[in-house]
Amino acid sequence: MSADRFRRLLTGSYLVIFFAYLFLPLLVMSAATFNSSRFPTITPWMGFTLGWFSALWADQRMWSALGTSLIVGAGVILVSVPLGLAAALLLDRLHSRAKTFLYALAVSPLLTPGVIVGISTLVFWREWFGVTGGLFLTIVAQSSFIAAYAMLLFSARLQRFDLTLEEAALDLGATHGQVFRRITLPYLTPSILSASLLAFLQSFENYNTTLFVRGLETTLTVYIASKVRTGLTPAVNALSLILIALTVLGAVTYEILRRREARRAAGTAGAEG
Amino acid sequence: MTEVIRRYGPVLTGLILLAVALWLALLVVLPQIMMVDFSFRPSLPPSKLGGPEDVYTVKNYATLWTNQIHLAIFIKTIWASALVTAVTLAVCYPVAFYLAQVAPKRRLPLLMLMLIVPFWINELLRTFSWYIILAFNGLLNSLLVGLGIFDEPQRMLGGDVGVIVGMVYVYILFMVFPLYNAIESLDRNQIEAARDLGAGWLRIHWRVVLPHAKPGIAVGCIMTFMLAAGSYAVPALLGGPQSRWFTEVIYNWFFEGGNWNQGAAYAFILLVLCIGVILTAMKLFRVGLTDIAK
Repeated sequence: MSADRFRRLLTGSYLVIFFAYLFLPLLVMSAATFNSSRFPTITPWMGFTLGWFSALWADQRMWSALGTSLIVGAGVILVSVPLGLAAALLLDRLHSRAKTFLYALAVSPLLTPGVIVGISTLVFWREWFGVTGGLFLTIVAQSSFIAAYAMLLFSARLQRFDLTLEEAALDLGATHGQVFRRITLPYLTPSILSASLLAFLQSFENYNTTLFVRGLETTLTVYIASKVRTGLTPAVNALSLILIALTVLGAVTYEILRRREARRAAGTAGAEG
Repeated sequence: MTEVIRRYGPVLTGLILLAVALWLALLVVLPQIMMVDFSFRPSLPPSKLGGPEDVYTVKNYATLWTNQIHLAIFIKTIWASALVTAVTLAVCYPVAFYLAQVAPKRRLPLLMLMLIVPFWINELLRTFSWYIILAFNGLLNSLLVGLGIFDEPQRMLGGDVGVIVGMVYVYILFMVFPLYNAIESLDRNQIEAARDLGAGWLRIHWRVVLPHAKPGIAVGCIMTFMLAAGSYAVPALLGGPQSRWFTEVIYNWFFEGGNWNQGAAYAFILLVLCIGVILTAMKLFRVGLTDIAK
């Protein structure tokens, strides 16, 4: 039994080290925000300050980059969520080799490196339409793969959809438009919300694709990267800390939504069975 | 197709088809085709486009073979990405196994949340956190000097080691979840049976758990390799002129060299590399595309 206890101790310490490895760098980065050293570090500790938050607040370029990121994020939601929904609706009703083919095509951007998504978009739109890098291309390039995430979310929910609801409505004389508005769409509402949140977060954090199609625009991630390389101060840490706090909030909300949804699905399956 | 129309009606079906066609044609397929087409053309000033010099050529691809520096960077990108993949697999396997088979049920939701939250945090910020640690006057140097291991701080940024360490950290979560999903579906009785029949724990993992986890290993390795080989943020932040990544070479063709055709050729080579890795892993581990995009 002592060998068993030894193994349990080993597993326990491995897990502790693993989670420390995951979180310590983020904690160190956040802590450096409050050090009044000019370079972001926690050694040596030069005294507590909140000054880097006000430095960040006064940074005009940061605000304009944030604005750009918000516009791009909103644009990506508007483009990618309807596209993902349409693809999921179509694939849900196909049962042939066409389905396999379309599915492979639709998820292929997820298996393509982000830089290549950016490059192909940049080349294509300049050669065919004379459009160069900027807000529009950033939204287009990001949507090309974020739509695939949205599609996967919608497909997962559609798999549990009770088709007889639509059949019944159609038999009772409802038009296809009515069925879609009154039955399909309300059923998909939770997925529309989570797909929008996912799309926004994906867009907001994107760097590799954005870099190639941004033109003269600067999103927040591009701004952070440029600050790290030239002109790094703990103000960047202050910004990182705020973004991490918001992300944690978003991730926890998303998880709660997802788990509630999963529980409800399990509940209905149990009721049927 | 008839079933689609029966279900959604002609108007809605039309809209759906239009949206899907727009997405797949304008945003996915045509850009890729255009990039490949572009990569086989010479870089010409606008006045010469369509002229006698505007013919298909493999010149842009030959550049990679003749340019020793670029070739070395390309090869380094491959082995370094493979190394990152191997290290993340080794680090994640015990964690995934514990979460999937050993962890008490009531502790699981919290542990999963602790994995999911850093997963959501921006790749760039996670990279930046290692910049702070590896910096010349950063935590690691202070620690090593303080413990007397180094006499003076060492340069840890700007080299391949820093980039690889950063990549392992940034992409580790793309390995943990596929592994977890695969191992979780293994019936615990199989492990018990192997143990009752006298197999040691090493043998249990080698003969029971690992074969079952194959699809997860394949998905995790594909994702990690692809992200590492295609990474721009990590080498840009943690690397330097001596540790350039292939994506940085591509970027320079576009925005410093001003030769888009050449850049497109390099981008296509990177894409072919990734497709090659995906197909090899799918064949090796016998998994399909639906297993990957979950």
